[in-house]
Parts: sequence; C-alpha cells; structure tokens
Amino acid sequence: MKRIYTIEDACIGCHLCEVGCITEHSLSKDPVKAFLHEPERPISRCTVEELHGGIVSLSTTCRHCDEPDCLRACISGAIQKNAEGIVRIDTEQCVGCWSCVMACPYGAIQRNLKKKKANKCDLCPDRQSPACVDACPNRALVYREGSQK
Amino acid sequence: MNYVIVGNSVAAVGAVRAIRERDQEGNITVISRERHNVYGRPLISYLLGGLINEKRMAYLPNDFYAENRINLLLESEVVAVDTKAKKVKLAGGDVIPYDKLLLATGGDPFVPPIEGMSDKDRIFTFTTWEDAAKLKGIAPDINRAVVIGGGLIGLKAAEGLNLLDKSVTVVELADRVLSSAFDRPAGKIVARKMKANGIDVITEDTVVRIEGDGAEISGVTLKSGDFIPCDTVVVAIGVRPAATFLKGSNIEVNRGIVVDATMQTSNNDVYAAGDVTEAADFFSGQKNPMPIWPDAYIQGDIAGAAMAGEKKEYVGGLAMNSIEFFKVSTISMGVTNPKDPADYEIHTFQDIQNYQYRKVVLQNNRLVGAVLVGNVDRAGIFSGLIREKVDMTPFRESLLTPDFGFINLSKEIRNRLFAPQGKVTNK
Repeated sequence: MKRIYTIEDACIGCHLCEVGCITEHSLSKDPVKAFLHEPERPISRCTVEELHGGIVSLSTTCRHCDEPDCLRACISGAIQKNAEGIVRIDTEQCVGCWSCVMACPYGAIQRNLKKKKANKCDLCPDRQSPACVDACPNRALVYREGSQK
Repeated sequence: MNYVIVGNSVAAVGAVRAIRERDQEGNITVISRERHNVYGRPLISYLLGGLINEKRMAYLPNDFYAENRINLLLESEVVAVDTKAKKVKLAGGDVIPYDKLLLATGGDPFVPPIEGMSDKDRIFTFTTWEDAAKLKGIAPDINRAVVIGGGLIGLKAAEGLNLLDKSVTVVELADRVLSSAFDRPAGKIVARKMKANGIDVITEDTVVRIEGDGAEISGVTLKSGDFIPCDTVVVAIGVRPAATFLKGSNIEVNRGIVVDATMQTSNNDVYAAGDVTEAADFFSGQKNPMPIWPDAYIQGDIAGAAMAGEKKEYVGGLAMNSIEFFKVSTISMGVTNPKDPADYEIHTFQDIQNYQYRKVVLQNNRLVGAVLVGNVDRAGIFSGLIREKVDMTPFRESLLTPDFGFINLSKEIRNRLFAPQGKVTNK
C-alpha cells in the first residue's frame, strides 16, 4: 500500500504539513476559515517535532501498520483496518479512553480533548495524495508504495 | 478443518481474523456463555454511567459473523473438553467435535465468602454487559452502594454509580487504590479526584459482614468495626481465569491455562488466549495470568495463526492500562512500582494540585515502565521504547519533558521508523 514517509534532512520545520492537514479536515477546506472562523479547529494528524529552535525537525505520522497496536488496544472497536490496509477511527464509536494513545509506538494518535475523541491520519480519503504531502514545500514528505518497516 | 473457539470477546476476534487470513474454507464455531455478540467489555462502566447507549457496546458490526462464516452459539456453556475424542460438551448435553480448539473464556469475578451474603439480593459483580444491565436496571432503587475492591474494575463501577448520582463508598484492603496498576502518587491523585467527586474511599479495611434482614441489605460492617449503611454491594476484588471446566481434561492449568509462545496448551490441538491463560511476561518470561485487553487480541491472533498452520511467537505480555477517572487521564505500562527500587533508575515529575504526574522506570539503561497522569499524549512512544529495548543512555535526560518525542532520540531511530529508505518500492 501507499504510505507517507519522512525525509528528515529536507524538513525545514515550516509546519505547513500540519496546516494542510488541519485545512483538509476542516468544514470549509479553506485555511483561513479553518483557523479563524470555524467553531472547532481540527487537530493536525501529523506532528512536527523540533529541537534546538528548529535546527532539527521532522514530521511524524501514522504508519498504517500491518498489525496495528492501536487497533488491538481499542476497547470500543472504533479503530479498524479496511481492505486497502488503511487504519481509520470511527469517531462516533470512539469513547476517548486513549488506549490507542497508550499503544501506538509512533506517537501518531492525537487526543481531541474538546470532543473527547481520538484523532489519527486517514490518508485523506477525498484526495489523490494526502494534504500534508502536497503542502510540503521541500518534498520532505513522500507518498509511495512501501512497507511499514 | 473444524475450528472451535470457546469465548466470544477480543481474543476470539483476533483468532477469527488470523484463521480467515490463512484459511477461507474451514468451519469456525464460536461458543459463548453470554447472549450478546462481541462487545467492548471495558465499556460496561460507560454503559452503567449513561455515557454511551447499548448500540455503542457492539465491538464490531453485526455482519462480522456472517462475513467470516462463523457458526455462533450464544448462551451456550462448555462444561467439559475431551481431548482424546476431540470434542467439547455443552451444558445442554450437545457435543461439538473439533480439529483445533481455542479456549478464550476470559476471567470470572472472584467472590470470597462474606458472612451474611448468601441470602442477600443486591450483591453484584461487574465484569459483563449483563452485570452492568442488572445494576442499571435497579439503579432507580439504589441509594447507597458499597464497592468492595479499589482496583480498576471497582473504581470504574464506583464511577459509573456516581455518574447516576448514587452515593458510593469504595473499601480497599491495601493502603491505597489501584495498588497493582499504579504507584503511590498516581493512586493518590485518582483517590483525590474521586473524593472531590463525592466518592468515599476507605483503605486498609475490608467488609467482614453484610448486614440486613432477609434479602434486603442495610449496610456492611468493616474489619475495623465501622458500619457503612448501604442497600447495594458490588464485589470487585479481582478476576480469575475461567478454566474450571477443564477439570479432568488433561489440559495443564496452573493459575491460568498454561501456554507456550505459540499459545498452544499442553495438548497439541488445543490453544488458549486472553485472560484465561497464563502466558509469559515480557520482562521475566515467567508465566502469569495478565488480564490486559490488547494482549488478549495479540494472543488470539497468534493462536489463530497457529491453528491455521502458521507459527508466530508471542514476545510476552506487557501490562498496560489507559483509564480515565473523572476526566483525569491515566496511563500505566510495564514496571510501575518495582519491589526493589534500588535495582532501577526512577525519574518522576509531579504537580498533584493540577493532577499531573509522570514517572519513568529504567533498568540497565532500558526503559521498563512508565506512569502518566494528566497529560498522556504520545504515551505509546514509551511502550515502543520498552518493547524495542532501546538503550536510553544518551536520551534519559529528556524522558520527562512534556513534549518528549522522536526528536529527543537518535536520527538513526527516526529514520528506521519514518524514512523511506529500505521501505518504498518502485511500483
């Protein structure tokens, strides 16, 4: 399956992957509206980590594991893997117990505390290529066929 | 091939999926004592407290059984296993033959004999949907409840009753609540939050007598002599592997069903998974019953694969729990409260006032345990570091920082996890 990979040396720490992700998962799909005007701004599914004021940075996101620890830890069955291998959360079914947060070794599941729902990369079902990858100005994120490990 | 699975919770689901990945043809029969399709067992406290409705109890869509061509026998109890004839016997007398058998019956609540309990109506346990439904059914008539046991199950039952505006007292024999999953400061934070929400927590004491006339409960008397008035008692002392039906079956049962790394029992065609087993511990390799939801799934997956002919190996159970008490998130994993602290390196951060606590436990420079209260974001990074036995020598200083992440580790580790090298194909 196609996965998102990170080329750390190409990351400039601009956080545009997070902006792209938030925009894509907003109601309007418009960055200004999503950030300023929508009642609930989505939480980014990718996480940019930085050290030494941004000299070292990289964007981390879900690996869509072959044997997902999040799915195995989920107590409500909200996390399932579809036929294409994509691991998604049914937010209706999620009870916000954070078992997936406890289990994911990639730190790729976020807590939406306002909604009390877990939040994770869905590989952008409405797009050809994920919004974070398209938003990256230096091609530090690549979307290619490949393995998890 | 006839696959028979006794039990219908998460270990059974892991096994069914693993079998069907490898064998589309074989017959699968799932036998359950309960009357429901697979449900999120830990959700029973959410159901009791009114946080979710019955529809959301379903762990999987109902078509799971049809899609996987499962012959599902609900409200059927297996009372005996005949390993020579390769048959299981049901309570009604029916006999079901198997080629490969999985025992995934889970745990039974442990209820010690307490004076005065035999003729009382309102004494409950709290491990099944049915238990929660019964409690919820009589909820309008409950005024005061006593929960015996301050472990995870007891506290979740207490929280559920509290959400229904019942007055609740938890009685715990140890000197603090959650003594098995948490260390002292974390248990203290939870106890503080419970008290702030009106739940009484009594420690270092236990119920010695249930008082009342006839079937009605008027209260409980504690070992200390104190009397607590109540009309309902929930016994939540612990669970035991549900393996009594194996008496005389030649399947080795110690505290739980003894299994090897492929989840095979002492009998070649019989496997076991989940809370009923006694599988190896991740650190020591010692066999212990470990009732942990994710491990039950993993064991079911390994057992299912083996039953369908593929050997996978269980790397050992890592205890972990993520539980919220009155909106305070808590996650604990691995060794959280070592008996011999001198053999470990322990770092902590605490801000009890704001319900924040963080603790990491290292041994020989490897992370072996963590406790997080309050901010539990990205706790799974710790579980990954524990499982991978990463040498933390260069990174230990950063472990307690609130935004700890992969950036605090080496570039080599980050590349191994996230970089395309060696992973992308040309397709």
